[in-house]
Amino acid sequence: MSSMKRSRTHVTCTVNGDEVDFLASDDTSLLDALRDELGLTGAKEGCGTGDCGACSVLVDGRVNCSCLMFAPEAEGSDIVTVEGIAQGDQLHPLQQTFLEGAALQCGICTPGFLVSAKALLDENPDPTETEIRYALAGNLCRCTGYDKIVRSVQEAAVQLRGATR
Amino acid sequence: MTVTEDRPNYKWVGTRPIRPDGYDKVVGKARFAADLNLPGQLHAAILRSPHGHARVLSIDTTAAEAMPGVKAVVTSADFPELDASNPERDVAENLMARGVVLYVGHALAAVAASTKAEAAAAVAAIEVEYELLPVVLSLDESMAEGAPLVNEHNVTMFVESDGPSNLATVNALERGDVDAAFEAADLVVEREFETAWVHQGYIEPHACVVDVGLDGKADIWASSQGHFRVRSQTAAVLGWDTARVKVTPAEIGGGFGGKTTIYLEPVAVRLSEKSGRPVKIVMSREEVLRATGPAPASKARVRIAATNDGELTAIEGWLGYAVGCTNDMAGFIGAMSVASYKFPNLKLEATASLTNTPKSAAYRAPSAPQAAFAIESVIDEIAQQLDMDPIELRLKNAVVEGDPTAMGMPHPRIGFVECLEAIRESDHYRSPVPEGAARGIGTGFWFNIGEQSSATVNLNEDGTATVITGSPDIGGSRASMALMAAEELGIDVHRITPVVADTESVGFTDVTEGSRATFATGMAVVNACRELIDELKARAATILGVDADAVDWLDGEAVADGKDPLSLAAITAKAKGTGGPLTVTASLNAGGAGPSFAVHCCDLAVDEETGQVTILGYTAAQDAGTAIHPSYVEGQMQGGTVQGIGWALNEEYIYDDEGSMENASFLDYRVPVASDLPMIGTIIVEVPNPAHPYGVRGVGETGIVPPMATIANAISRATSVRMTSLPMSPPKILAALDDR
Repeated sequence: MSSMKRSRTHVTCTVNGDEVDFLASDDTSLLDALRDELGLTGAKEGCGTGDCGACSVLVDGRVNCSCLMFAPEAEGSDIVTVEGIAQGDQLHPLQQTFLEGAALQCGICTPGFLVSAKALLDENPDPTETEIRYALAGNLCRCTGYDKIVRSVQEAAVQLRGATR
Repeated sequence: MTVTEDRPNYKWVGTRPIRPDGYDKVVGKARFAADLNLPGQLHAAILRSPHGHARVLSIDTTAAEAMPGVKAVVTSADFPELDASNPERDVAENLMARGVVLYVGHALAAVAASTKAEAAAAVAAIEVEYELLPVVLSLDESMAEGAPLVNEHNVTMFVESDGPSNLATVNALERGDVDAAFEAADLVVEREFETAWVHQGYIEPHACVVDVGLDGKADIWASSQGHFRVRSQTAAVLGWDTARVKVTPAEIGGGFGGKTTIYLEPVAVRLSEKSGRPVKIVMSREEVLRATGPAPASKARVRIAATNDGELTAIEGWLGYAVGCTNDMAGFIGAMSVASYKFPNLKLEATASLTNTPKSAAYRAPSAPQAAFAIESVIDEIAQQLDMDPIELRLKNAVVEGDPTAMGMPHPRIGFVECLEAIRESDHYRSPVPEGAARGIGTGFWFNIGEQSSATVNLNEDGTATVITGSPDIGGSRASMALMAAEELGIDVHRITPVVADTESVGFTDVTEGSRATFATGMAVVNACRELIDELKARAATILGVDADAVDWLDGEAVADGKDPLSLAAITAKAKGTGGPLTVTASLNAGGAGPSFAVHCCDLAVDEETGQVTILGYTAAQDAGTAIHPSYVEGQMQGGTVQGIGWALNEEYIYDDEGSMENASFLDYRVPVASDLPMIGTIIVEVPNPAHPYGVRGVGETGIVPPMATIANAISRATSVRMTSLPMSPPKILAALDDR
């Protein structure tokens, strides 16, 4: 067994509406805790340095790169990952428009884009194309050239505005 | 928008259903390579060379082996030494250096431990003694007289070899009388060009999980463009029988050519064997950039002769590719890719030469973008000097069916002229150039390839179907397979489940490269369906009590005179009593892959104070033959275009003097982001490929070929400055503007 006893912190937080708890050492990223401790592998590690956005999650409603946040920092917070965006068997309009608009090719960046786009539309239900492009500028996609992603966010915004009117 | 020749009225081909694998991808359930974990799994880390070129005098792993949590350590001593005749020797020595490290990032040893942190700590405790060797970083250094040898195993291909050399390939193509043509020319334009190393930039780092059982068989879960190649390369590197290796394809998070070779799997196999535990290896982004597939840096010298009325009479050129630390066919392919214009007189030389940089890998239409940047720039300059419309000049010289390629073989039916006309007639090209902006045109093409594919189609009891192939789905190919099967069988596409199966569950299938999946694997699916339909007709004849040749297959039903039609489901329901399960496997080595041409049009503005280029509008027209799922054809066009925009404007490897990449992160190796770009307009041109049952041409590669020249040509028209060095980053543009 290891002679170096690593101290682990007991972390309690809400993930996708469920209260969860797990143990994490102080240098464990929130991303690793979500993936390895909670089995939520929707958020991806594309870079580990906060440059690609594939690990984006909402922490108390704000987009965060979960690779840049230590897991113990999540204590008491409300976290939403891509796994928590749909309501039961109802896809979120963004998920539906991404599917219909072919906004994903390989799909590795898709979880991060959905989380970032949801944060944008939660905040700004009627964004301009430029606002969408800047809101998603922290998410890298190498397959689509962003065209169909931006269009799918525009379409989801229209649908969401219709739904809340 | 689609321009379509006369073609049959398809029911499913050309529609846009939701891709079947999409649901798992939007809810986070899709499992990519790093998403699998096995009980008892260890994590591995890899020791990589800090030196650009060095002899490895010793590797001492004693301290590492004694570190907490460490279960296994491997070096090249744990792998068989492959002899020179083994085609995978370069792959083997790239994934574990043997005696010499050839670039910064070259793997030397690997450790499997209980945690990632323990593996990393142990790697840091491995002691290596190096004897530094001279580092060769550029094409010029590599080709210089008396240059230090990059890789003592390399011998030059296509020429008589007198021992190890830095030259990878030397080849030449010639037709007509080039000297006489230049003498007779009204106008000659000559330019030199250079392009930087660029990376495919897939967002998913390479990863695998491997479990070797006590039966000596390796179970590999990995992300790749071809799991059969992962199998064959892994077996070759280990000296194993292929049957000892099973590879299950994970969802692949982007490849673009870069995942057509292996880096990790045999290392994980040996670690798993030694530890008796499953082993997971996941590269960091820095490892991806330092140790996997960039596309070659290049230089080119191109000279083109023209008459005053715009006939291009001759081309003379030299293409040089810096291909990294092992042999590569980039130069040969680059010369082949000069095949868009008639050029009655042609003389091309191409060279590839080794450098102490990572082994290069395929990147979308490999070698063609560098050549097209040079040639399409010179052609544009001719149009400018002749004051001709750049599309008219190209139309006047564009190859059509029967014209020779650079290699001399005639082009098959191609759609270059149709793509030029599509852009000429487009709303974009007919609109006025925006105030303060300029417009550029560029073109490109890719041959595409066929190769081997297998498909199994199973009809289920209720008339649904499963379509099983061995082509990893990178950009929607499962949707395309289902659409072609639906068209053939005459059933709803939603009643078809397309599956990408492991190496033990489907016939051999070559790697997904050269835009071959929808073409070749699709053809295997079509062939299997057609054979199934013959069988369905025979079963229907039995059920109906008529002769087999009295039955026709129409819209998913068996019909015979005087009988009620039998649906596919009615026949499958009676499979047991009419001969058993309805299943067919088809395999082929597909010939006749149709080249795909593209023409791009770009509006941009140059900020003359900062050198910043802003893309204002962009339209790509490309010949898809027949678009099976138009959304994913557009997606390939848009994605390739934006990778090309990144190659044109931002992306480059920056090396220090020792060969260490100074920008090995997505922060400093900056790929385009959403706010850099406008919408990318698409025009799908459909000139059916006569060799495919639905006319498919591969569409994945070509999109990346035109953007660099398209953008350079627009910059030239915006600023009167001809940019000849990629990337056309702000400092380079400012310098060029200063020299104006």
